[in-house]
Amino acid sequence: MIREHLPVLQVVLPLVAAPLCLLLMRSVWAWLLAFIVSLAALVISIVLLREVYAGEVLSYAIGGWAAPWGIEYRVDAVNAFILIIVTAISVVALMFAKTSVAQEVAGDKQGLFYTAWLLCLTGLLGIAVTGDAFNLFVFLEISSLSSYVLIGLGQDRRALTASFQYLVMGTIGATFILIGIGLLYMVTGTLNMMDLAARLAVLGDSRTVQTALAFLTVGIGLKLALFPLHLWLPNAYTYAPSAVTVFLAATATKVAVYMLLRFLFQVFDASFTFGAMPLGGFLAVLAAVGILSTSTVSIFQDNIKRMLAYSSVAQVGYMVLGISLVSSAGLTAALLHLFNHALMKGTLFLALGCVAYRLGSVRLGAIAGLGQRMPWTMAAFLVGALSLIGIPLTAGFVSKWYLILAAVERGWWPLVVVVIAGSLLAIIYVWRVVEMAYLRPPPEKLSVTEAPLSLLVPTWLLAGANVYFGVDTQFSVGMARQAAALLTGSSG
Amino acid sequence: MTSVPPGLILILGGLLLPWLPGASRPVVSLVLPVLGFIQLLLLPEGLYAQIGVAGYELTLVRVDRLSLIFGYIFHIAAFIAALYALHIRDATQQVSALVYVGSAIGAVFAGDLMTLFVYWEITALSSVFLIWASGSEQAYRAGMRYLIIQVGSGVLLLSGILLHYQHTGSLAFEQLISASGQLADAEPGVLLILVAFAIKCAFPLLHNWLQDAYPQATVTGAVFLSAFTTKLAVYALARGFPGTEVLIGIGVVMTLFPIFFAVIENDLRRVLSYSLNNQLGFMVVGIGIGTELALNGAVAHAFVHIIYKALLFMSMGAVLYRTGTIRATDLGGLYRSMPWTAAFCIVGAMSISAFPLFSGFVAKSLTLSAVVEGHYVLVWIGLLIASAGVMEHSGIKVPFFAFFGHDSGIRCKEAPTHMLVAMAAAAGLCLGIGFFPQPLYAILPYPVTYQPYGDLGHSLTQVQLLLFAALAFVVLMRTGLYPREQRAINLDVDWVYRRFVPRLVIFAMQWLVAVNAVLNRALHHLGRMVIRTVWRHYGPEGTLARTWPTGSMVLWVAILLVASSLLYYA
Repeated sequence: MIREHLPVLQVVLPLVAAPLCLLLMRSVWAWLLAFIVSLAALVISIVLLREVYAGEVLSYAIGGWAAPWGIEYRVDAVNAFILIIVTAISVVALMFAKTSVAQEVAGDKQGLFYTAWLLCLTGLLGIAVTGDAFNLFVFLEISSLSSYVLIGLGQDRRALTASFQYLVMGTIGATFILIGIGLLYMVTGTLNMMDLAARLAVLGDSRTVQTALAFLTVGIGLKLALFPLHLWLPNAYTYAPSAVTVFLAATATKVAVYMLLRFLFQVFDASFTFGAMPLGGFLAVLAAVGILSTSTVSIFQDNIKRMLAYSSVAQVGYMVLGISLVSSAGLTAALLHLFNHALMKGTLFLALGCVAYRLGSVRLGAIAGLGQRMPWTMAAFLVGALSLIGIPLTAGFVSKWYLILAAVERGWWPLVVVVIAGSLLAIIYVWRVVEMAYLRPPPEKLSVTEAPLSLLVPTWLLAGANVYFGVDTQFSVGMARQAAALLTGSSG
Repeated sequence: MTSVPPGLILILGGLLLPWLPGASRPVVSLVLPVLGFIQLLLLPEGLYAQIGVAGYELTLVRVDRLSLIFGYIFHIAAFIAALYALHIRDATQQVSALVYVGSAIGAVFAGDLMTLFVYWEITALSSVFLIWASGSEQAYRAGMRYLIIQVGSGVLLLSGILLHYQHTGSLAFEQLISASGQLADAEPGVLLILVAFAIKCAFPLLHNWLQDAYPQATVTGAVFLSAFTTKLAVYALARGFPGTEVLIGIGVVMTLFPIFFAVIENDLRRVLSYSLNNQLGFMVVGIGIGTELALNGAVAHAFVHIIYKALLFMSMGAVLYRTGTIRATDLGGLYRSMPWTAAFCIVGAMSISAFPLFSGFVAKSLTLSAVVEGHYVLVWIGLLIASAGVMEHSGIKVPFFAFFGHDSGIRCKEAPTHMLVAMAAAAGLCLGIGFFPQPLYAILPYPVTYQPYGDLGHSLTQVQLLLFAALAFVVLMRTGLYPREQRAINLDVDWVYRRFVPRLVIFAMQWLVAVNAVLNRALHHLGRMVIRTVWRHYGPEGTLARTWPTGSMVLWVAILLVASSLLYYA
């Protein structure tokens, strides 16, 4: 009985829990509720994944209204994969949040914090699970508005301006998406994605459809921080509370990538977006320039958090690069990197959160000799860094491997060079941190100790996952491959 | 025990080593190769640990005769080297040596190219610590160059594997070259893999890392290094490229050119490094010919070479350990102080010179017979000259200048007991194999009918050759024509990138300063401008890095929207 309602429970559960969180107000209880709900969401997403793993598609009609008219929730291999990433990261980041948030966010605002967190989770899960284009916009707004709040709760005063800028840019992005959806509604008269796809295939090309595509690509491009629309991201990630950075960096842009995939490959047909429209080359150029440019920026950054934020933009570039190849190998690589990047960036930001918790600073100069003082934290950082570079036996290597393989398959050699150059740049910026932490003597008066266990456990959970999924790729590659097959298969 | 991939015992044991009490570590380093060896004896031939990783069929372990013989000798060498290094208390060296040996063993049992690549990289990353452990600035730089070249070989290997996989859809590590043996027929992926192997095998012009890095390694590190890296490459060539014609020519060149460098070199460990290169040439020729007899020759040569080259490096290491120097000009007359070391060194020298009844002879005869059988006349002449050359530099020069020659006046203690025992073991093996080659022949990849001492003519030729080489040495020494040992650093091709290019740049810069200060200033200015531009755009407050006003961000959105609309409309 409850089993068939799982797709909707995935979203409703955090949505209902959010106001409860506000009522509880007492920080510990609010945290506990958020954590339990996240855990429940993770369990639901695992169950959903098991159901669709064999290639089935779950369709759920909200309120019993049948698909093209009512709102449909559709779970297939693609979004089940996204759901599991979002919920798993939420659980790990919340484990971390209890101690970290207690220090970084004022006591009376903590209830609010967890409310916003659950709303953000609702929004992200909703975007993934819904099969209705307008519903997607609603969830996008829910997740965006709550993430502005989360970022604005950062300690630094600049968090407010960063949040405000993100708000303006995010709203423009969401408006663009809405305009795009509106234009599509205009020509087809439907909002259900599968229905849209069927009708667009019949209607064929028109100026309205082309404009809709333009608005959607730019709008979603803004949300996923596609170069040069990434400018809101570095500040937002830098000044947000540590746990929020982990959560958003590992999930928000990923969900945006998912939106891009859904629209480019399913709502529109791949033969339209990449055949009739020159979108493949357009995305590939932006992604390639983005990878090289933002990686170079990372090299000169003094604030490690900001450095990693720029590196995130570069990593999104790899995913877009995979998408722009328009092959099942390219999509596999993109989805795989989506998963692996959540692991590696999550690890890095968590380790950095530990540093911030003890030192109160994440400047490069402040962490000299930290390898001796906080060995476990820095070792986790090292694991994340190796994965980011793409050393064999880490998750990062697996996705780079597939990406290069996909580019070679298409014969796009310049992209291979870009990927390798990107990894080399990554070595430089990450190694600056490692060198500073391990090879410099710690300052005399520095008397920090290792981060508390409540921070180390989630950090090492993700660090371990980096190694585990670098060796056993059955789940990650299997899922990515199946999702890619679904996307390219349905696009014919 | 058979379910554990070979080599893993050593790697895991090595990684656990730092947690053991200091005194027990050398013993563990000795026990682990023994355990590994026992595992090999229990391991039947076949494919093991076949796992599917991400849709790729990987075979972590393939046991056949070719991998087994390399497995045996790697374990033996690891044991002897560990015995020699018994006095080492530095955990870094112990750990890296064990991981290095373990990964080299793992690599020869790798059944697919991906597994090979992973082990290939681990050997590079772990072995560099044996060089860095010397602690000198020179060693650090040489180690860095070594690391870059080795990792570069790994990157080439990976690219080659990717292309090869793209082309054939197979990751299996089988014969990669087509049956014709012509490189022209090979796909680009296979060529890249060959280049990766060639770097590690120190082919001519790709060889400099060897003479650059090995002499900088620690006393014990050099013994480890001499045994594994290049022989792993020989194994990989024998597996992937048997019968590749071009290797015959390359091999002959490899045997010949190091002779001249070795004869004039002053650093005796560098002499040994050159002679290592020359010996590899014989193996490469054998692989290039590719007949069963020739491949047997190459593999047998690798087997015995590991032992006697380790023996020579051990004896020179002992000299370095006791006297603190390894320059031929500073040494001499040490037989009074280190008689045992001198004796063992001579056994190694006679083995490498392939005197009948020493191990080098029984192996080299196989290769030479294969050359004769294939009617490669020029190759045969080349190898004969090379054999005489080996005698010249390793057979006579090394022991002569270290232990005899003019008396340097150095009076030191004999080498420590554990070093002597290690050297005695190696020397025993050299003689044992020389007298009784049958056990070695029995484990070669292909059946052997060859009787090294059955053909008296061959033995006589070899003895004549060696005697004439010795005569030449005596005559040249007497007449003063033999190149005097000089306190000089010999320039090899690496001079081009270590000295020539930097000098050329400096020269060009000076010329610019002298001839046209204005131009120079302009250049200077340009350089500053480039850096400033990068800094301006990418630096912390650069255009691309600073916080943008919201309006400008929106401008970008508008630009992109217009751009994409235009693209779609077109």
